[in-house]
Amino acid sequence: MMTTVVIQTIARVVVPFLQLFGLYIIVHGPVSPGGGFQGGVIVGASMILLALSYDLSSAETKVSHKVRIAMDSTGALLFAGIGLLCLLAGGVFLEYGIIPLPMVPAEVRGLMILLVGVAIGIHIMALAASLFLHLAEEHDT
Amino acid sequence: MILEFIAVNFPYLVSVSLLLVGLYAMIVRRNLIKKIMGLNILSTSVFLYLISVAYKEGGAPPIRVSEVEVYVNPLPHALVLTGIVVALALTSFALVLTIKIYKEYGTLDSDKLMDL
Amino acid sequence: MIRAKHVVPVLVLLGIGIILTMAVIDMPAFGDPEAPAHRHVAPRYIARAYEETGVPNMVTAVLADYRGYDTLGELTVIFAAGAAVLSLLVGRKLKEES
Repeated sequence: MMTTVVIQTIARVVVPFLQLFGLYIIVHGPVSPGGGFQGGVIVGASMILLALSYDLSSAETKVSHKVRIAMDSTGALLFAGIGLLCLLAGGVFLEYGIIPLPMVPAEVRGLMILLVGVAIGIHIMALAASLFLHLAEEHDT
Repeated sequence: MILEFIAVNFPYLVSVSLLLVGLYAMIVRRNLIKKIMGLNILSTSVFLYLISVAYKEGGAPPIRVSEVEVYVNPLPHALVLTGIVVALALTSFALVLTIKIYKEYGTLDSDKLMDL
Repeated sequence: MIRAKHVVPVLVLLGIGIILTMAVIDMPAFGDPEAPAHRHVAPRYIARAYEETGVPNMVTAVLADYRGYDTLGELTVIFAAGAAVLSLLVGRKLKEES
C-alpha cells in the first residue's frame, strides 16, 4: 500500500473530527437528518481511512478484533433487549410506549427511538470497520 | 409531448437506464468483480426509483417544522435506508465468496469457472 | 466492434428497457401529490408521528418505532452477513495457527 507523510498527517487531523461528526449524527437522529445507520457508517469509515493511510495493523490496534465483535453483538442485543423489555412490561414486542418510566408515553417512545438509534450505530460502526479490515487483510496475506 | 414526458419523469427514466446498465454488466461481463459492481449499480437504480416515488411537488423534507404543511412521503426513505444496508451486507458477502473462489481456482472468469 | 455473443443480451436488455419505459408512462407523473403511494399509510405517519413519538424526524420514527420489526430483521440480516464473513475469513486462519 502506498502512503506518504501528507496523507498520514491529514488523516491524523481528520479522523477525530470524522468520529465526532459520526457520533453527532447518531445522537441527533431523532431531530435532524441522520440516524444510527448513517452515523455508524461515518465512524466506520474513519477507521477505514486510518487503515488506508497508515496500515492495517495500526487500525487493528485501535479497535481489535475482539472489541469489534463485542460491539457488533452489543448493538444487536441492545435492540432486541429493548424489544424484550416491552414484553416484560406487559406490552407487545417493540411497543415502546408501555415501558414504565416517569414520563409521558410519547416521550418514552422518543427516548427508545434514540436508544435504538444508538444500538444500530454501535452495530454498524463495528461491522463497517470489520468488513473492510478483514477483506483487506485477506488481500495482504 | 415526448420531451415534456422526459422532463417530468426524468428520475424514473434515469433509474430505468441505471437498471439496464447494471443488468448489462451482470450479463455480459465475465469478471466476477464486475458482476458485483453491476449488482451494486442495479440496487442503486432501485433506491433511486423508490426515492423518486416518495417525492411530492413542493414537499418539504420529512422533518417536522411548525410552519410547513406538505411533507415528502417518509415511508420509502425508511425502506431505502434498510435496503442500502442490506446491499452493503450482500456486497461484502459476495466479495468474500469471490476471494474464496480466486484462492481455490486461480481465476475470476465466469466462463472458465463454468468449465471446471 | 460488435461481437456476436453480445447481440442477444443487448436485445434482451432493450426489451426490458422498453417494457419498463411503458410502465413509467402508465405511472402517476413524478411529484404528483395524489399518487397512490402517498395516500395509503403515509399521511397518518406525517400527521401523527410527532404527537405519538415526540420525534420531529419522521423517517427515524418510521424506521425505529412504527416499523421496528423491519429494522430488527434487517439488523439480523447484516449481523448474519458479518458473522458469515468472519467465519469464512477468520475461522480458517485461527485453525491454521493452532
